[in-house]
Amino acid sequence: MIELDLHKKLFGADGLIQLQIKITIQTNELVTLYGPSGAGKTSIIRMIAGLMKPDKGSILVDGDTWFDSQQKMHLRTQERPIGLVFQEYSLFPNMTVYENLRFALPKGDTEEMIEELLETIGLKNLRDTKPNLLSGGQKQRVAVARALVRKPSILLLDEPLSSLDTAMRNKLQDDILAFHKRFRLTTILVSHDYHEVKKMSDRVLLVENGRIVAEGKVDDIL
Amino acid sequence: MMDYGPFILSLKLASVTTIALFLIGIPLAYWLAFNPKKYKIFLEALVALPLVLPPTVLGFYLLLALSPENGFGSWLERYFDLRLVFTFEGLVVASVFYSLPFMIQPLQSGFRSVPFSLVEASFSLGKSRWITLRKVILPNMSAAILSACILTFAHTIGEFGVVLMVGGNIPGITQVVSISIYDEVEAMNYSLANHYSLILLVFSFLILSFVYFFNYQQRKNIRVL
Repeated sequence: MIELDLHKKLFGADGLIQLQIKITIQTNELVTLYGPSGAGKTSIIRMIAGLMKPDKGSILVDGDTWFDSQQKMHLRTQERPIGLVFQEYSLFPNMTVYENLRFALPKGDTEEMIEELLETIGLKNLRDTKPNLLSGGQKQRVAVARALVRKPSILLLDEPLSSLDTAMRNKLQDDILAFHKRFRLTTILVSHDYHEVKKMSDRVLLVENGRIVAEGKVDDIL
Repeated sequence: MMDYGPFILSLKLASVTTIALFLIGIPLAYWLAFNPKKYKIFLEALVALPLVLPPTVLGFYLLLALSPENGFGSWLERYFDLRLVFTFEGLVVASVFYSLPFMIQPLQSGFRSVPFSLVEASFSLGKSRWITLRKVILPNMSAAILSACILTFAHTIGEFGVVLMVGGNIPGITQVVSISIYDEVEAMNYSLANHYSLILLVFSFLILSFVYFFNYQQRKNIRVL
């Protein structure tokens, strides 16, 4: 279970917004943060990942404190068992597909996991290819697989599919749903695509101007 | 008679200086590239000083600082038995200061050229800053590293004023090739001076051509992507 209580001043395109949210996300739930750009969705993901420090509040995951402004506690990104997928792929250009995945492997783990993931995303034949030769969809599949190599308990997806065409988008949505179930992940997805949100989410959190203005099943609130 | 001693000394000085500056340059340029603090601009200005100062100014202050007559120089001599004026070690110290911007500036822009999202991706995969630097950042700025090292090397080969101030003109110890040329001209040995100069000229031209060629190739590759 993830308990978030986040306060942060954000400087966006429309000036200053005060992000203020308090939510609980259940284990194995797939939650979508839905809303217009500049509402603070990406910032929420970055705060959970430890890449951005909230001004005030706390982040509790299964009872462990990841952040607490009162206790001056801030767990570094490296110490948080998360998988993070960015919109812009962020594959390491100096490494092949296989090396990108192996880089993520924790010390002492066997490489079986990598083989298994490559098989699942159907990129076994491209294992020795550098990222610059892959299509957008292939890149993002590698990025999702890479995020899962260290067996995180939480998967954070920051608009990972927004630059892909519809067919590739559908395929990757299915892949992500399959991974979500198979690895018993708690997944938080940022999206502003209605169909994607409808297809993927157990629950939607509608984010506007740094606040959660509605939450529930897709059909109930959108 | 052509003497290759000064050439060997110049190459040795340039090699040692480049290695030393690389080791200093990586952490310093990393700090300058990623530190948001405003006061770093003073350090940036300090690093760039050798670009605009006459080498004699730098050489003069280094001579004063390193001289055994003065505080720092006498401290080095007393505790480390190290004399840095008119010695090869002194030339290395002087060259490190003199070529500092040629190492730092390309490295700094190299660090800035690596997308920060790659660094964040590495952190999110549980990797430390050190591993991220070694496996992600440095390999993705190899062109900048190569430029920095070659420019530092070439610039050190070409230095004159600082070397003369701090090292003097001692054959076999501090007489590098640029000083030999000056020496031969003073002794009216124009033909020998010409030999030395021509070799230096061709060498420098080749080195710079290589840097430009390499950068051109890199740009072409980026366009292909």
